[in-house]
Amino acid sequence: MRYAMAIDTKKCVGCSDCVVACQTENNVPIGYCRDWIVEVTDGTYPKLETEIRSERCNHCDNSPCVRCCPTGASHYAEGGIVLVTHDMCIGCSACIESCPYDARFTHPDGYVDKCTFCLHRVDKGMEPACVSVCPTKCMYFGDLDDPNSPVSKVLTTRKYKVLAPEAGTKPNVYYLI
Amino acid sequence: MREELIISGRMNHLIDPVLHAWGWEIPVYLFLGGLAAGLLFFAGLYYLLGKENEFPAAVKKAPVLVPIILSLGLFALFLDLHHKLYFWRLYTTIRIESPMSWGAWTLMAITPLSMVWAALNIKEWFPNWDWKYQWIRDIETFVAGYKKHMAWLMVILGVILGIYTGILLSAFNARPLWNTSILGPLFLASGLSAGSALIMLISKDHHERITFARIDLIVIVVELFFIIHMLMGFQASTEVQIEASKLFLGGDLTAPFWIFVVVLGLLVPAGLEIMELLKIKIPVIVPVVLILLGSFMLRWLMTYGGQMSRYLY
Ligand code: SF4
Ligand code: SF4
Repeated sequence: MRYAMAIDTKKCVGCSDCVVACQTENNVPIGYCRDWIVEVTDGTYPKLETEIRSERCNHCDNSPCVRCCPTGASHYAEGGIVLVTHDMCIGCSACIESCPYDARFTHPDGYVDKCTFCLHRVDKGMEPACVSVCPTKCMYFGDLDDPNSPVSKVLTTRKYKVLAPEAGTKPNVYYLI
Repeated sequence: MREELIISGRMNHLIDPVLHAWGWEIPVYLFLGGLAAGLLFFAGLYYLLGKENEFPAAVKKAPVLVPIILSLGLFALFLDLHHKLYFWRLYTTIRIESPMSWGAWTLMAITPLSMVWAALNIKEWFPNWDWKYQWIRDIETFVAGYKKHMAWLMVILGVILGIYTGILLSAFNARPLWNTSILGPLFLASGLSAGSALIMLISKDHHERITFARIDLIVIVVELFFIIHMLMGFQASTEVQIEASKLFLGGDLTAPFWIFVVVLGLLVPAGLEIMELLKIKIPVIVPVVLILLGSFMLRWLMTYGGQMSRYLY
């Protein structure tokens, strides 16, 4: 099992519903977020092109954050989801420094926090909160090993990219372009 | 051309707008670790070379300070932890791929070793020192028999600790300014330089001072070579590293880097040491303070600069 997500940059309007849904679902402390919106505008006026992305932890296959963790708090859970065991984390911030996507932060309680792909929902057969609320239905989630999962299907029909592939992290969040 | 990049909805504390997860604690820890590594290395080395009496400050006096330096460094590291009550988790596992884990275990080995060495030499600072209990004296006589083994360990662990202070940063591929393997040798050299400077300050013996001034001069030249090598390596690397090196080559940290690290931390003390060798009297405190300051500034600026450098996507 390999959980992954695909996000359609052509459909995303940057409404931030996914951000709020995650904060509510996961009780993210006020002022913090586990997913966020990035708008990049490329080109020179008047030929400009804007891409809107909903970003989060990429649950990388080759995660530097898991590798550098001195206690084993950061680990691979089922389906390759990268999680932090709170009462093993000493809050050394090594994993925060190691993530090229700045996807982690220190929770006010001291441990490191980040996106969990809503494993608690996925275990019950539900979609992650962000995927389920998206008004444009631009996110796809599922198991890459299952050819019939929404994410596998959309990746066979659309062009996609991952962020900073040169960092060697092998991300599992795909952006449809 | 990239016109604009907007990240909305994310203002995570210590992450945005610029990553600042590591503050002053980590550079202090790296500096003190490097200094302790330098002192242990020279103490072990000159003991093994049988120069205990020729270089008493290096072999016997300076190492007494090491446990204090290490404790301060560990305290700085402890302050950096956000989930302090769980710090013991560091010692319930050994994680080969994690430099932090390596460092924690190296320090676990080196701290008691340095304490024993310090206890054996404490009379250098307090000539009237006498252990209160006979059993401590018995232990002292017993460990004194293993001084040679200890010296070997000090040399080896000193080098590991010195290199580790650089590897802790260089292992992070995500921060292009850190991601150069020259950082290990560079920080080791900087630690050796800091160590020899402190020995010069403590030593009362002219011959010993001159010897360590010579050693320090050589280390400074090596350090300068590593710094040039590092900057050239960045220039010949990928876009993110070229961008990162601009921090020191025209960007935000250019002035502090060249003024504090290169000129005041390396070139001026080297000049003063050459004058000393030419028998021109220089108050020893001046080059020593400059070297220690430069060594600290190198770690400070690397820690800060690294967090300002990032992947572009
Ligand atoms: S995105 Fe960052 S935090 Fe998430 S798995 Fe990859 S390296 Fe780790
Ligand atoms: S902050 Fe926690 S999860 Fe991150 S590397 Fe340190 S111990 Fe591991």
